Amino acid sequence: MEHIRTPKVENVRLADRVTSKKAVVGTLYLTATHVIFVENGPDTRKETWILHSQISTIEKQATTATGCPLLIRCKNFQILQLIIPQERDCHDVYISLIRLARPVKYEELYCFSFNPKLDKEEREQGWMLVDLGEEYKRMGLPNDYWQLSDVNRDYRVCDSYPTELYVPKSATAHIILGSSKFRSRRRFPALSYYYKDNHASICRSSQPLSGFSARCLEDEQMLQAIRKANPGSDFIYVVDTRPKLNAMANRAAGKGYENEDNYSNIKFQFIGIENIHVMRNSLQKMLEVCELKSPSMSDFLWGLENSGWLRHIKAIMDAGIFIAKAVSEEGASVLVHCSDGWDRTAQVCSVASLLLDPHYRTLKGFMVLIEKDWISFGHKFNHRYGILDGDPKEISPVIDQFIECVWQLMERFPCAFEFNERFLIHIQHHIYSCQFGNFLCNSQKERQELQIQERTYSLWAHLWKNRADYLNPLFRADHSQTQGILHLPTTPCNSMYKFWNGMYNRFEKGMQPRQSVTEYLMAVKEETQQLEEELEALEERLEKIQKVQLNHTKVKSKQNEPSKHSGFSTSDNSTANTPQDYSGNMKSFPSRSPSQGDEDSALILTQDNLKSSDPDLSANSDQESGVEDLSCRSPSGGEHAPSEDSGKDRDSDEAVFLTA
Amino acid sequence: MRGRGGKEKLFSDRNINLQVRLCCPRRNNRTTQEPTFQYDFPWLASFRVPALPPGVVLGEQPLPPGVPSGSGLEAGPKAASPFYPGCSGGGGDCEARGPSWSWLTRTCGRHTQTWPSHSPKPRSSLGQRRCPPQPGAGPGFPPRSPPLRPAQRWVICSSAAVTSSRCRGSAVPWFLPLGGMEFAELIKTPRVDNVVLHRPFYPAVEGTLCLTGHHLILSSRQDNTEELWLLHSNIDAIDKRFVGSLGTVIIKCKDFRIIQLDIPGMEECLNIASSIETSEWRLSYVNKEFAVCPSYPPIVVVPKSIDDEALRKVATFRHGGRFPVLSYYHKKNGMVIMRSGQPLSGTNGRRCKEDEKLINATLRAGKRGYIIDTRSLNVAQQARAKGGGFEQEAHYPQWRRIHKSIERYHILQESLIKLVEACNDQTHNMDRWLSKLEASNWLTHIKEILTTACLAAQCIDREGASILIHGTEGTDSTLQVTSLAQIILEPRSRTIRGFEALIEREWLQAGHPFQQRCAQSAYCNIKQKWEAPVFLLFLDCVWQILRQFPCSFEFNENFLIMLFEHAYASQFGTFLGNNESERCKLKLQQKTMSLWSWVNRPSELSKFTNPLFEANALVIWPSVAPQSLQLWEGIFLRWNRSSRYLDEAYEEMVNIIEYNKELQAKVNILRRQLAELETEGGPQESP
Repeated sequence: MEHIRTPKVENVRLADRVTSKKAVVGTLYLTATHVIFVENGPDTRKETWILHSQISTIEKQATTATGCPLLIRCKNFQILQLIIPQERDCHDVYISLIRLARPVKYEELYCFSFNPKLDKEEREQGWMLVDLGEEYKRMGLPNDYWQLSDVNRDYRVCDSYPTELYVPKSATAHIILGSSKFRSRRRFPALSYYYKDNHASICRSSQPLSGFSARCLEDEQMLQAIRKANPGSDFIYVVDTRPKLNAMANRAAGKGYENEDNYSNIKFQFIGIENIHVMRNSLQKMLEVCELKSPSMSDFLWGLENSGWLRHIKAIMDAGIFIAKAVSEEGASVLVHCSDGWDRTAQVCSVASLLLDPHYRTLKGFMVLIEKDWISFGHKFNHRYGILDGDPKEISPVIDQFIECVWQLMERFPCAFEFNERFLIHIQHHIYSCQFGNFLCNSQKERQELQIQERTYSLWAHLWKNRADYLNPLFRADHSQTQGILHLPTTPCNSMYKFWNGMYNRFEKGMQPRQSVTEYLMAVKEETQQLEEELEALEERLEKIQKVQLNHTKVKSKQNEPSKHSGFSTSDNSTANTPQDYSGNMKSFPSRSPSQGDEDSALILTQDNLKSSDPDLSANSDQESGVEDLSCRSPSGGEHAPSEDSGKDRDSDEAVFLTA
Repeated sequence: MRGRGGKEKLFSDRNINLQVRLCCPRRNNRTTQEPTFQYDFPWLASFRVPALPPGVVLGEQPLPPGVPSGSGLEAGPKAASPFYPGCSGGGGDCEARGPSWSWLTRTCGRHTQTWPSHSPKPRSSLGQRRCPPQPGAGPGFPPRSPPLRPAQRWVICSSAAVTSSRCRGSAVPWFLPLGGMEFAELIKTPRVDNVVLHRPFYPAVEGTLCLTGHHLILSSRQDNTEELWLLHSNIDAIDKRFVGSLGTVIIKCKDFRIIQLDIPGMEECLNIASSIETSEWRLSYVNKEFAVCPSYPPIVVVPKSIDDEALRKVATFRHGGRFPVLSYYHKKNGMVIMRSGQPLSGTNGRRCKEDEKLINATLRAGKRGYIIDTRSLNVAQQARAKGGGFEQEAHYPQWRRIHKSIERYHILQESLIKLVEACNDQTHNMDRWLSKLEASNWLTHIKEILTTACLAAQCIDREGASILIHGTEGTDSTLQVTSLAQIILEPRSRTIRGFEALIEREWLQAGHPFQQRCAQSAYCNIKQKWEAPVFLLFLDCVWQILRQFPCSFEFNENFLIMLFEHAYASQFGTFLGNNESERCKLKLQQKTMSLWSWVNRPSELSKFTNPLFEANALVIWPSVAPQSLQLWEGIFLRWNRSSRYLDEAYEEMVNIIEYNKELQAKVNILRRQLAELETEGGPQESP
């Protein structure tokens, strides 16, 4: 609070950056957690809420006659251009935001003040939703080859690893300790995924401290142990996800990669995924392309190509595909590492797991996957996503890339995932939003020290509660695509990788498809469900009445009955399509067909809902979009009171319908 | 789900029937004074669909959701366009700003297009000739029916048009009404309830408005109030105004009387207004023998005030004899799209008074129009050296010229060749792929064409200005733009029949030289300079819009792919020849089968029907930002990738929707049954 120099500025104009629509005038508020812009419109007071933690950069541009422009770029790819009439106000806002956007203490973050009005028990349950112990059990562990090791109890060996780790049974504490000393930041090889079907496994570690010639017996024994834990194969792959050049350069610093001569029965493989700095610049370049004002097709394609972004995505996918194939087809275990084993390794292990195991393609499974490969194994969320003010060189879109890989897969296998695109987008949003405690800090240890679970809420519980919004309508548990491994073609199909418009331009509603197949199908499915319920109820009632009537008409005659039956069978043709029935349907089913609906009321309600429910979509209910804004159905972020939101949402639909 | 379900089917079936009958007008030309036109389609007629049994009235159609209420029409056309190129003549300005997609920003979703316009319009040649309530017949006014619920207000007027005194009978070429063009003769809404009549010095009267063949009648249906009976022929001019969903029609009569009707619902209001308006257009048979313009069909639509003699003169002033003709009539505001060939002004700036008169005749008083030249200013200027050129500002003071640059001929063909090459090349890495895609320029062409079409649609719908579109010959880029603009503006052209009619009208009849353009495709070494994937580009653009509005089209991607295939190689005669005249000479109608007769078979049609379709009465504004445009994988990567997973997804989608429909039918049956039982059993149970 003390950083807010001026809490309110009036007559601020919010320029529409891409479209040349006229800027809207409104009032800008700075609160402890949000920047809020409220339009002055006579009837629509549209609000735009931006969390401080979402702010990536703030740029004060040269003052013009109309005022002082302030450009705010957000980590969720929203861009706001505010024009503040007074230069002094602008400066105050600028200085305040600079400070607010870069908290120095965790306690300043929103998650510590965010209260979704859940009691303690509910909060605790929320944190229990994703249970890694259960997950390892699901994989079939512990078993004859793998055991839970307590070697890292109290983070004694490695402070960026979790305390509970699975290691080969034959790896003694001595071996693990020895190996850990030979690995960067003591991140020794540990199990990431175990493939039940053929005992092959995916293990992860950091690079060995081999330098030019150093070797470590325990480390060699450790890899041996991993190989032995898979009786089906007589070798293991060691996959270094770095480009060979980078790995070799590391040797000069006493690090490096495994020497095939020293380790028995390993097959060593480089997969050139670039480092975090390259990725950061690549994203930067791609976003610059997205920011271009009315680019030509060539500008866009050239820019996209020069950014190299899709090439990097492909590299990560290729690595994942390689590992998945090694595990499933060759039955060989794989040890994956990069430098520290918390960025590229996490990406590659999780992509491979996703390809191998249908469970990770479900809603719950995906949460588990992120919890396992990213959160528990010490992906440095704080540094990578600039949560606290820190070294800008540490920032890199590592998990963003993983999320995009998932999206690219979803495009290829539309029925294979239980969740939809919105689920991915909301996870991305909340990684940066700091509204929930899941993605704070750099490691499990830090989170424990901060007592995250006692003081904040879990995103997974929030997403799970609103899971209806995140379901892929095409997903069916018994569909062939949802079974087993996702097979990608071996021939390089570059056109498979597409620019993710829905993520990087998601605030430019004008660029998005105006009607969403997913939304439509979700509405149909919802209606189907209601129909099923009604059908059941009707059948019940019918039965009852028929019984009652039977009693009544017993005396009358028995001819009544057969005629009734014939009525049932013939009515099929006669009544199915009559308009009366049709409109009758409309009465009782609040159908929410995305393309239509009562535009006006829907839109007005949208205004209502947006401010509280959906911080990440709030900036754009484009009223002039040709078709009503589809985003109104998405109660996402649960900004203030998620429970309230979903309730409200339902109400509003009811209302829409009633006015119809 | 509204709008889906059996009703659509019913209409389309009827539609087939219409099309079949309408295209062979000779059988029914009872009132025709004009000679019947030469080209009917016997092969199409040979495909018979059971006609609706006589007496079947196409019932009420549910109100399309989201149609009228509170549509802010008043906000629309007046808003200043930040994008709309205010360039006069020069065009340089818009060249710079043109390719922007920012025109989108002003789009307004609230403008409702008149909805039932794409529902089949019974034309004169229909068998049963029943009239809507005939006031002369009974005592005064038709008996009052129970007030219609909004959902039932869309009564399809089955044969009102027949009785219209001003009806041209069967001489109206079949393709016009089917294409969504509305002539004033058609009574779309024969009656509207709750209409308020205002006359000076009289109290306002609320009642039911009824249109008949001769009269406009308003009655409060109370004994003591008089009814208003107004002869159509007494109407001199009408004005329309909208406040929210309440429309006002001001009728100025020839006897100097002025009355005002407040009509609830924009839809009804527009229908009433357009029904009583007198047409400014006529059919011309000047090209009967293909003598005036070899690439035009025998019948064209031109301004009423221009006679055939003037047309002949204009034809000499336009490239290929392609004088300006009507391409599309925007019912909502009466604005039109015309197309033509370039004016042959040449280096010495030749002018043609008749030409100027013709295109000025399409403008309403005080209005300006826009000429969209699909060539850049440079190219247009160079064309003067070859006798071509463009409209000089000085000679067409009411028109503003806008230059866009859509490529032609070998540039497009090379683009296609490069694109296909890139798609087939499996060796390159990610970067090479993108740069090859870029180097092919294919998506650049797509963006350019779409942008121009959007601009045209924007002029019509937003600016309320009529437009004339031409390039050089007016047979390629011109047709891309006119047809895409109709996809954007006209809901009917997004249906299967409507799209077929659009192809027939804007491509086949309009003389796109399919034979020349589609002679070879991407692989052939022999390159002729007239080959160009103009039609494929158009289909690709439609696909791009379809992708952005996946629920607004009655057809799916396969339909477009099928059309692409048949344009290049077909066992049907539809795409043979370069224009109507050639097709006539080749006697294709006698010797070949029509593609449509095959496609419109229910078994085939089911493959092309979009399960997600819900009639969307709005103008749909696609995004033309590069981020929003994609490579059409269904065409270009069709043979290079397995589409198994995507096909499965499509199947799944169909299943979900089918299951929903099934349930709906079941529930309806049960409800009906239950209701019957309850009324039956009711008295027994309540002693």
